[in-house]
Amino acid sequence: MKYLDEYRDERLANKLVQEIERCLTRAWTIMEVCGGQTHSIVKHGIDYLLPKGVELVHGPGCPVCVTPLEMIDKAHAIASHPEVIFCSFGDMVRVPGSRTDLFRLKSKGADVRIVYSPLDCLRIAQSNPERQVVSFAIGFETTAPANAITVHQARQLGIHNFSLLVSHVRVPPAITSILQSPQNRVQGFLGPGHVCTIMGYQEYQAISAAYKVPIVITGFEPLDILEGVLRVVRQLEEGRAEVDNQYSRVVTHSGNLAAHQIIWQVFEVCDQKWRGVGTIPQSGYKLQPEFEAYDAARVFAVEEIDTEESAICISGQILRGLKKPHECPAFGKQCTPQHPLGATMVSAEGACAAYYNYGRHLGVEPAGSQPLGVSQ
Amino acid sequence: MCLAIPGRILEIYEEHGLRMGRIDFGGTIRKCCLQCIPDALVGEYALVHVGFAISTVDAEEAARTYKLLEEMGEIMAQFDGEDAETPEGLGGQS
Repeated sequence: MKYLDEYRDERLANKLVQEIERCLTRAWTIMEVCGGQTHSIVKHGIDYLLPKGVELVHGPGCPVCVTPLEMIDKAHAIASHPEVIFCSFGDMVRVPGSRTDLFRLKSKGADVRIVYSPLDCLRIAQSNPERQVVSFAIGFETTAPANAITVHQARQLGIHNFSLLVSHVRVPPAITSILQSPQNRVQGFLGPGHVCTIMGYQEYQAISAAYKVPIVITGFEPLDILEGVLRVVRQLEEGRAEVDNQYSRVVTHSGNLAAHQIIWQVFEVCDQKWRGVGTIPQSGYKLQPEFEAYDAARVFAVEEIDTEESAICISGQILRGLKKPHECPAFGKQCTPQHPLGATMVSAEGACAAYYNYGRHLGVEPAGSQPLGVSQ
Repeated sequence: MCLAIPGRILEIYEEHGLRMGRIDFGGTIRKCCLQCIPDALVGEYALVHVGFAISTVDAEEAARTYKLLEEMGEIMAQFDGEDAETPEGLGGQS
């Protein structure tokens, strides 16, 4: 496919790896922020391709993973109402809460539907006027315009049997939280390409300047990621700390202004809890007061639910780049994608699930710094 | 979760007040919301996430980036076969 295949060229990938090796005079630790990048890195073996001096650590950028357990339990309580049609993206339906998951609820008779787009929920609401349609609105800034347009459209069309269960997260406060930690070991970031497609990268310039850390906004294909790593390594080696844009075919400095307009019309910033990390100030979105009638958390008064996370799971440290999945004693043993113990194993884009799905639990030694081909 | 796929815009139309379009993803055609790319034209490539276009793909930027990568590959290819321990000759290519 155009704009995908050309960024998987094995010959150019090997050249980029050689160039990274040539620039390298010491070891550096770089975090890719987005779960989509983590998935691509593990799928294509990019971390095995890189010189040993470049360590990639995996960031908190999987919205499914960081959705708090309380919110998942709340979703399950709402989905259990007989009058509710509960709509979710496919990657959320297998995520276990304290007692069950959406698939199991569906098997017991709950009306749980997987949707491709939030707009599908409005069609479902119009076709089922006697039912309440609830959309599980999770995601980073990338998904915020889709949810905002949908709720705005519901109001425009006078659809009153539709609401959003909002658990939206914002990336910049999470990066700041990682950098503020005394244990932080991340020296440079691959910035989240699709989040910045929406938001631009002004916020990242303030972070880069305040913490003197290079941030390169990066795409998702192997050549994008390798070029992003090369640009971070060059900055680190030259003692620079700037925001650079590798993904310039879609990301601009200011982002998508039409998307900003609808986001700020519908949402406002709020404090948000991240599973495995805790509450990060100003790191979420909630509906503006004028859209409260579309807030599923208000429409369905769900009591506070006590939740308990696994005591052995180290997902919080993995999400902050302090540990890797295979350093967890439960990884691939008690904890698998079928029976996840914590945030980073619950979705395919979580670091633990990506490692597991591509066989990293089998104990195969990395190939080291040899520039191997990019596997497809 | 933030997966977004580029596809070619085949048609643009309005539906219930929203700017919509038909997009070709390598042979699979889907209906998408184009509300956030108000200036996009038929024939351009849109980057689509959960059924919503979040950007157009800047063809010039894509070509420029790829050309730079290719040039780097070609320049480095000239040094292939030389002693890998002495890569100083590559200086100045950044």
